[in-house]
Amino acid sequence: MQKKDIGLAVLVLLVGAVVAIINPRFLSPINLSNTANLIGLFGLFSIAEAFVIVTAGIELSVGSVIALIGVLFVDMIVVQDIPWPIAAVLVLLIGSVFGVIHGLLITKLKLQPFVVTLCGLLIYRGIARVYTEDGTAGFSFGDSFPTLEWLTSGRTGGVPHSFIAFVIVAIIAWFVLHRTVFGRHLFAVGKNEEAAKFTGINSTRVIILAYVICAVLTSLSAIYFAMYTRSIHPGSHGNFYELYAIAAAVLGGFSLRGGEGSIIGVVLGVILLQELENLVNLLGIPSSFKFAVMGSVILLGVIADTQVSRYRDARRNARALASVSGDDGEAISKG
Amino acid sequence: MTLQEHDRIALELRQITKVYPGVVALDSVSLSIKGGEVVGLIGENGAGKSTLMKVLGGVIAPNGGEIVIDGETLEGLSSQQALDKGIAFVHQELNPFTNLDVAANVLLGRELRRGPFKFIDQSAMNAVVAPILERLGAHFGPRDSVADLSLAEQQLLEIARALSMNARLVIFDEPTSSLTLSETHRLLDVIKDLRAEGVAVLFISHRLSEIEEIADRVVVLRDGKNAGELGVSDINKDVMIRMMVGRNVEQFFAKIDHSEGDCVLEVRDLATQTFPDARANLQLKAGEILGLAGLVGAGRSEMAHAIFGIEPVKHGEVFLHGEKLSELTVSTAIANGLCLVPENRKEHGLFLDFAIYENISLPNLGTLSKRGVVYRKAEQELASKSRSELAIKTATLANPVAELSGGNQQKVVLAKWLAMNPRVVILDEPTRGIDVGAKSEVYHLMQALAAKGVGILMISSDMEEIIGVSDRVAVMHKGNVTGTVSGDEITEENILRLAVG
Repeated sequence: MQKKDIGLAVLVLLVGAVVAIINPRFLSPINLSNTANLIGLFGLFSIAEAFVIVTAGIELSVGSVIALIGVLFVDMIVVQDIPWPIAAVLVLLIGSVFGVIHGLLITKLKLQPFVVTLCGLLIYRGIARVYTEDGTAGFSFGDSFPTLEWLTSGRTGGVPHSFIAFVIVAIIAWFVLHRTVFGRHLFAVGKNEEAAKFTGINSTRVIILAYVICAVLTSLSAIYFAMYTRSIHPGSHGNFYELYAIAAAVLGGFSLRGGEGSIIGVVLGVILLQELENLVNLLGIPSSFKFAVMGSVILLGVIADTQVSRYRDARRNARALASVSGDDGEAISKG
Repeated sequence: MTLQEHDRIALELRQITKVYPGVVALDSVSLSIKGGEVVGLIGENGAGKSTLMKVLGGVIAPNGGEIVIDGETLEGLSSQQALDKGIAFVHQELNPFTNLDVAANVLLGRELRRGPFKFIDQSAMNAVVAPILERLGAHFGPRDSVADLSLAEQQLLEIARALSMNARLVIFDEPTSSLTLSETHRLLDVIKDLRAEGVAVLFISHRLSEIEEIADRVVVLRDGKNAGELGVSDINKDVMIRMMVGRNVEQFFAKIDHSEGDCVLEVRDLATQTFPDARANLQLKAGEILGLAGLVGAGRSEMAHAIFGIEPVKHGEVFLHGEKLSELTVSTAIANGLCLVPENRKEHGLFLDFAIYENISLPNLGTLSKRGVVYRKAEQELASKSRSELAIKTATLANPVAELSGGNQQKVVLAKWLAMNPRVVILDEPTRGIDVGAKSEVYHLMQALAAKGVGILMISSDMEEIIGVSDRVAVMHKGNVTGTVSGDEITEENILRLAVG
């Protein structure tokens, strides 16, 4: 665990303690269970976003993909009567196609990730609305998919299965990002694409894969959201979720300049954001004020983080200078 | 236009010293110049000319010494002070704003304005810039787009910018390196005009004939120190070359005679993007250290990048161990045992924020992993092996590379490539910015590699290094290999002659 993660974990506990003291209902089983469910749902696509941000990219179409894939999935299993496992595989495939397209546009045509995925945001939501003729896609009374429902919105001993899915995905993502060659290449390409090129890393492949992973995970979370809400209005379903994901990643120590961050960080970031939502609700702060509170906390967190690293750099430079004036030009050892 | 006697600049640099981590760039360097005088500043690549100019331009602050301008003593200059004192720069590296027109570039930051809203007064700007361009004999006007100008025209633009400031001292840093002969003559005429007007001119150039033609006095730098001055009657090429070289180099380099082996790297008719019409040819034998010399901008790094697959080639073929490379990409090069230690260590060679061990293992992860999962113990073992073999001085291998000195950073770059047992190593300026101790370690390492039969191509702008380390020296000029010297023919004079084309 990195120092940053420990700081964030302390913050998560601190905010949790404050909320619990002010309103003990925070620790009630039903509230914890509901919060865990939301952490699971929002966590899935936040981890997805992290894979793109670590390459110094950004994915703005997350919310729209959640709407479009959700609409398609519900339509497949409810209207088209496609067995749900096949439908799930199909929508994940469609998601991966979105990822490939984004990756190709960014690497081959050298378009900026912001522009590509902003267009994705507009296009996918537009398609979702046209597909449903701006109506609502949802389940009718009597529609029943017991296994699917158990897997997505079921609970075992009060633990929501969405949360379990999130934990499993987080563990795999942690392994991929921090323990595999591909993970190293993600960090390397994000930190310094030129140097990565000089090291023989195929940055095109790495970046495309990052967008594919992001899109597939987002599609997975779209299935969970569809089963959680059970009715999707494509005009508003998933709105601003990409910003939520970016916030969680940034809180978790990911730099938008790329090459930095950890999965533990983004997981803690998601938890912190949900705590704050809870705080706003339980303290009776008007929900219209919710975004302002969250924005302020994120801003403070990021300011604190940059100040700490500036302080660290200054100390590092001072040490470098000290070692030079000490006439041997030796290596600077960590104090 | 002519400056009155009391308006002319009198500038003196006294005992200027500048230390960078691990290297002394300037060691008590002194230089004086006054209005109406052209002073030539010469020295080999890395002698400290550019650093001295940066001190004068207020770009970097010296660690010691003083600057006396018009009788006023200063410890250092800010760039604003330099401007206020009438010091203007014509840089060697061009960085015009290609999104703006010529007039906007010339008067950048000093735009003429009019009216209550201070809108830009385009016609007034054109009126100011047009005569300056005419004076330089430029074939472009104030409203032309800078993006359409050739390299030489951009150079003229840079000169126009300096002239527009009504400077009292103009510093020309290799202004003719991208100019044609007639453009060069015109520039020298402009400089003579400036002198007649009472402007002081500091002229840095590798082209000694230009110095001969124009300088009233020559200041020679060597290894960051003053190496002497020449009055107008003493200025001639041979004397200047001798003063730039003047040292004996033998004891520093323990030269080993490497038995020559098979040809491991051959370049045939190579042309890069920078010099599309060049046809460079080169042969490197196993166990040989081939120096690649040339002036800055001769196309040496570009060739190295082309061979390594970083930059696309315009023309030509590369053979490794007698076999033609089917495609020039970094991964094919690495797969065939070729690696490159790049010139720009911090940008291209390293990930500064990453741990030392991560930097070393990065290109070797293929062999340090099973089914794509990094085998962390092997990774640590490789790093500690490299650390002891190359004597990388650090408290812990988990430290970021940024915390190492230049020499140890370079050892990390070397370590990551040596771990894959390369058969051909290209080193681009391998000892730039590192201290003497680390330098000799790098040389010993190169010799040990050569002794094992590795072919080494070393690009260097440091004459001492080229002559001291190389078994043979190939010299480049404008993208072509203009000649190869070996044995007793490896002299600074021979190399310089080939380097100037």
